[in-house]
Amino acid sequence: MSKVTLAEAPPGVEGAGFFATTLDKAIGLARANSLWPLPFATSCCGIEFMATMGSTYDLARFGAERPSFSPRQADMLLVMGTIAKKMAPVLRQVYTQMAEPRWVIAVGACASSGGIFDTYSVLQGIDEIIPVDVYVPGCPPRPEAILDGVLKLQDIVKNESLNRRNTPEYKALLEKYGIQTDNG
Amino acid sequence: MDKLDNQGIWTYLQEKFGERVGIIGEPHGLLTISTSKDDIIELLSFLKDDEKLQFIYLTDITAVHYPKQQKAFAVVYHVHNLYRNVRLRIKVFLEGENPTIPTATSIWHGANWMERETYDFFGVVFEGHPDLRRILNMDDLDVFPMRKEYPLEDPNRVDKKDFYFGR
Repeated sequence: MSKVTLAEAPPGVEGAGFFATTLDKAIGLARANSLWPLPFATSCCGIEFMATMGSTYDLARFGAERPSFSPRQADMLLVMGTIAKKMAPVLRQVYTQMAEPRWVIAVGACASSGGIFDTYSVLQGIDEIIPVDVYVPGCPPRPEAILDGVLKLQDIVKNESLNRRNTPEYKALLEKYGIQTDNG
Repeated sequence: MDKLDNQGIWTYLQEKFGERVGIIGEPHGLLTISTSKDDIIELLSFLKDDEKLQFIYLTDITAVHYPKQQKAFAVVYHVHNLYRNVRLRIKVFLEGENPTIPTATSIWHGANWMERETYDFFGVVFEGHPDLRRILNMDDLDVFPMRKEYPLEDPNRVDKKDFYFGR
């Protein structure tokens, strides 16, 4: 039998028969270890992501067991590959369809900056149209790099406010992108 | 005409069209002729329907921008005789900022998307085309990107300093 590793408990007060911590930390821990990915793959980075999901690298180890192909049931949008300007409204619509809380990872040089495709038809990084939480460098990145990006995102998710969606900073960020924030 | 070689095709076309077709050359053995936009449809129909020539297949329509020439745009047609595996290229040089040429969709339905692509990238208007709108670029693009005056690189990028690229 292999050893089962438990997620590290957040800091808190422990005593006989009880453990107290903040709700933020507890929810953050649950969210971070159950990120449902939505792969948005357009080119070779998507092939690397397939390897990442496969048994050798096994993204499922980190709680991302269920790739979601409906944006409404996904937490983590992974954009992998060149995004042409014609594709930009589609990607934006996918992002706006995701429910809060939602995070975005730009995988590879093209999604992060346009990569080698510095041309009139290609978006120079998806952060021109949607906010991005984690950038994974590489052309394409190896599966280890993609896993590292997911772990970095887990750190963000663990440590951010439970109610990030209502913070003025977050609303200002979305408004900068012209994305509606109608959740109170 | 037993053998359909470049010399034979050219002589045959000259008999039929005379001064209305010109010869550009035979780069890589591909006979390249030129004509005017008034004669292009008649020429293409003849190439397709003539029993000797039988250029039944339209391989491609594209364009070239020569900004230094007075006739700055060339629309290029590639046709193919599938029976004898012979190819032919026809160029039509056009004047003006907004060049126009009659559509070839009346001869080949396959010309539809090729002409849309040529319009999309070069702004050549194909008169009589059933649905002439952009096909590959985004709809709200307001330029014809393959014209030489437009930069290849995305002009909105601010992080790319010429210094780092030896320019």
